[in-house]
Amino acid sequence: MSYKILIVDDSKLARMAVTRALDALYPDWPRLEAANADEALKALKQEAPDITLLDFNMPGRSGLDLAAELRESKPGMPVAVISANRQREVLNRAHAVGATFLPKPLTEEALGEFLKAAVQQLART
Amino acid sequence: MEQPKDTVLDDLEVDALTELVNLGISQSATSLAEMVREEVTLSVPKVALVSRKEAIRTLGEREAKNLVAVHQLFQGDISGRALLIFPEAKSLELVRAVIGSGLSIEQIVELEQEALAETGNVILNSCLATMANQLGRSLKISLPEVLHGDSEVFFNLAPPPSPGDIVMFIYINFALRHRDIDGYIAMLLDMPSVAALKALLGEYIRRVAGDSPD
Repeated sequence: MSYKILIVDDSKLARMAVTRALDALYPDWPRLEAANADEALKALKQEAPDITLLDFNMPGRSGLDLAAELRESKPGMPVAVISANRQREVLNRAHAVGATFLPKPLTEEALGEFLKAAVQQLART
Repeated sequence: MEQPKDTVLDDLEVDALTELVNLGISQSATSLAEMVREEVTLSVPKVALVSRKEAIRTLGEREAKNLVAVHQLFQGDISGRALLIFPEAKSLELVRAVIGSGLSIEQIVELEQEALAETGNVILNSCLATMANQLGRSLKISLPEVLHGDSEVFFNLAPPPSPGDIVMFIYINFALRHRDIDGYIAMLLDMPSVAALKALLGEYIRRVAGDSPD
């Protein structure tokens, strides 16, 4: 079974890096890309992604603000916030909105572990 | 004067550089947060190749004249200067945040230069080292120097710039959530270093995104 992934990052390069890791892990899974929170919310409505990967530090609404909005719109969707900013407060806030924190630069191993857990979570719902 | 082609960064290279700065400054924020034991918030970094005059004007318009900067030189495949800049009026508060509130104002003033240098050293080193590691290169970083002045002083440090030099201005704002402190980080590179950086960014993009980014 394949799942649709939404990648949200204002950096095109960062989106390319995530896509590359996904190519190695789940090449058949469809991907959507958004460069900011508004595009992400539009994609959520129109394309109904199953899993979302968010950058933390974006212009406008941050990844954590967006994660909270996504959580409200679609409570069962696995969400990961990706950041090099590993301050305890950031990790705590990610946890508080029900998102998984993934350190940047993103490794295939970390992404693979998150997606494995996400698949298990989606299978239960 | 037209800028040489090997110093013009395309959109993806600017994107990659911004991402590198973001990685670097996020590491700096984590280090600073450990020092002050509170959250450090960051703006999204903006990277621009501008003339030195424009860099002076941009910072001058945003901030008052009385500024403090912690200045460090870096040398390697790319060479330049990194500056941690904030209003002079906030420097004692930053020192207080780092060394604690149990000291008298006299003790804080006495420790100001040393604490500023050490704080700047941690922030700038974290940022530069993370960027260098991502680019697969090493940088030699000088000892920190604390400067007082304005944007004109900071962007015209000796050796004097060549006429028509283009500099890279990386603009980011950091703030301590529970204190009235904010500041900027700027990095200045000369033309040969911008050309070297362009080549390194090309390698970085191929490594991160694969051989044929569209």
